[in-house]
Amino acid sequence: MQPYRRIEMTVGVFVFLGLVAIAWLALKVGQVGGIGESGYTLTANFNDAGGVRKGSDIMMAGVTVGRVDDVKLTNNDHATMILRIHEGVAISEDAFASVRTKGIIGDRYVRITQGMEEAHLVAGSEIEETESAINIEDLISKYIFSGKE
Amino acid sequence: MSNGMSSNQSSATMFFGSMGRYAMRGIEQLGDGTRLGLHALSLIFARPWQGKHFVLQLYALGVGSLIIIIITGAFTGMVLALQGYYTLAKFGSESLLGAGVGMSIIRELGPVLGAFMIIGRAGSSITAEIGIMRVTEQTDALEMMAVNPKQRILLPRIVATTIAVPLLVSIFDVVGIATGYIVGVEMLGVNSGAYMAELIAKLEMIDLNGGWVKAGVFGFMIGMICTYMGYRATPTTEGVAKATTQAVVIASVGVLIMDYILTSFYL
Amino acid sequence: MIRGENLSKRYGDVDAVASTDIQIKAGAITAIMGGSGSGKTTLLRLLSGLDAPTTGHVWYGDEDLCGLSERRLYELRENMGMLFQYSALLNSLNVYDNVAFPLHEHTDLDEEVIRTMVSMKLEQVGLRGFETMMPSELSGGMAKRVAFARAIAMDPKIVFFDEPTSGLDPISAGVISTLILNTSKMNRMTSVVVTHDVSAGLAIADQVVLMWQGCIIAEGTPAEIQASTDERVRQFLEGRPDGPIPFSRSTTSYIDDLTHRPGTVRMAS
Repeated sequence: MQPYRRIEMTVGVFVFLGLVAIAWLALKVGQVGGIGESGYTLTANFNDAGGVRKGSDIMMAGVTVGRVDDVKLTNNDHATMILRIHEGVAISEDAFASVRTKGIIGDRYVRITQGMEEAHLVAGSEIEETESAINIEDLISKYIFSGKE
Repeated sequence: MSNGMSSNQSSATMFFGSMGRYAMRGIEQLGDGTRLGLHALSLIFARPWQGKHFVLQLYALGVGSLIIIIITGAFTGMVLALQGYYTLAKFGSESLLGAGVGMSIIRELGPVLGAFMIIGRAGSSITAEIGIMRVTEQTDALEMMAVNPKQRILLPRIVATTIAVPLLVSIFDVVGIATGYIVGVEMLGVNSGAYMAELIAKLEMIDLNGGWVKAGVFGFMIGMICTYMGYRATPTTEGVAKATTQAVVIASVGVLIMDYILTSFYL
Repeated sequence: MIRGENLSKRYGDVDAVASTDIQIKAGAITAIMGGSGSGKTTLLRLLSGLDAPTTGHVWYGDEDLCGLSERRLYELRENMGMLFQYSALLNSLNVYDNVAFPLHEHTDLDEEVIRTMVSMKLEQVGLRGFETMMPSELSGGMAKRVAFARAIAMDPKIVFFDEPTSGLDPISAGVISTLILNTSKMNRMTSVVVTHDVSAGLAIADQVVLMWQGCIIAEGTPAEIQASTDERVRQFLEGRPDGPIPFSRSTTSYIDDLTHRPGTVRMAS
């Protein structure tokens, strides 16, 4: 029965390894267990969300400061985003949010630029100043159109 | 002339006839295999408890496949990083490398490639082993010693693959992501923070769950198909050889078909 | 007592066993004899419950084997043993574990007790000291003796023997025959022996059943069988090439086949 003991131990180690892998994937990669829920949320209204999706980055000065929690249509005419901002990142009341693109055809992200006000936005409040996505196709067609004239 | 005509016709009817027979045979086997597998599974809590044999099969099938899974996972992660880097670099999006490698491995390549390797390593041996037990009347001997071969031989193997495949696939995922990191960050100079940050940002829990559901379903399928093919193999040397080949082919194709179905559920 | 009632087993178009009635007396040795392909092994598999009959019933006392729950069937089998033609040792286990297998499965005995019992069984077949060998390292005769030890490990009430002496040298065959005789008498075992070895069968059996083409053609004590005047029985006992039992199984004419005369060569359809 000694060999069976050793087999049992080996199987135990194997199952443990597998569970560690599962736990790492779930906790670290999948951000289970509230890690994804940390920080606070702000809202922002855009005329055109322009490709920003749930999970898109929020960047300030080129640094990721949060993720987009949700994008939905409000009043049938404009997009409302729920922005989840990392704890400890303070955003001034007159901050400015814009939809930008990484590179020419890269991913869309939300860029936040700080304003002048000393006061900071509290959780749940709205960033009033926004700028919608620059639509490259619009730009190109505008350019071609003007070129023809 | 008329002779040639009629032989043409008859070869056409023969073709469709044999197609029909193959289809019928396939459906028959599907039903028979499901019944056999479920019968085996229904004995999971029947006395005597087969715990020791679950462990033994986990050892043979799970631990036995670990090395090959680590190697496959490592090289999959490396090649994905390499390929992904040169594609993403063209668009200035190298920072997305982690997300690309992680997404492809967790959602698709981990479960499918992992399942393929396990079919080749463990599935074929299940079929061959059970087939040989049939040829040499060992299953009959078990019957006569009042040991149910469905409970003793089939059940532990189905349970073991169903448990082992998700574990192995998770190890595959982690190893692949890690080697992708090594190639991407250490060799190609992708920003080290970006690799993991993008991976974490882009991957949702549903992607992970999808991968695990796939792995579990594949493991169960592999167990069911490979035990069935062995148990119902024609009890000759040739029959076992043929059954082993068929088991590998059917299980692999089955995994791909199932992968499509499950992917369409999880998108 | 085991009773087979109107037993048939069909494989494709062939009746391996055709509506056969058979009675196996308790505590006696019954030899089922016949040429190869006469259906005797099939009959044994039906009687032991390994195969289900196409028609008919197998009665163990007042229980029909074919209608039993799986659980009850395995309960009955704890009192059965079987020696297979090619031994059927579990080739992942060594000799000791093979013989101890039924004891490990169905008893809670201490390993020490099991060790003693296995030693006794192996001593009976003359293979004590071979405990650690693997089945692949054994000769055919040795494997058969180990399988014999395994079949009687639980001291079962009923033991089935499928060709116990085939493929063995005369001495081993003699040893096995004697073992069957001795253990049966000693343990008051019901033994069913399938064999085509006429002398061995007649020597040990209390009752002989002679089969041909899936049917029983003669039944009785060895003396009665030997005194039979049935031509088929005489031919089998004496091993004559000519007689009512044809050697050739072909259904087409030999001359026609050789000359490829049209109409006789059957094309695959």
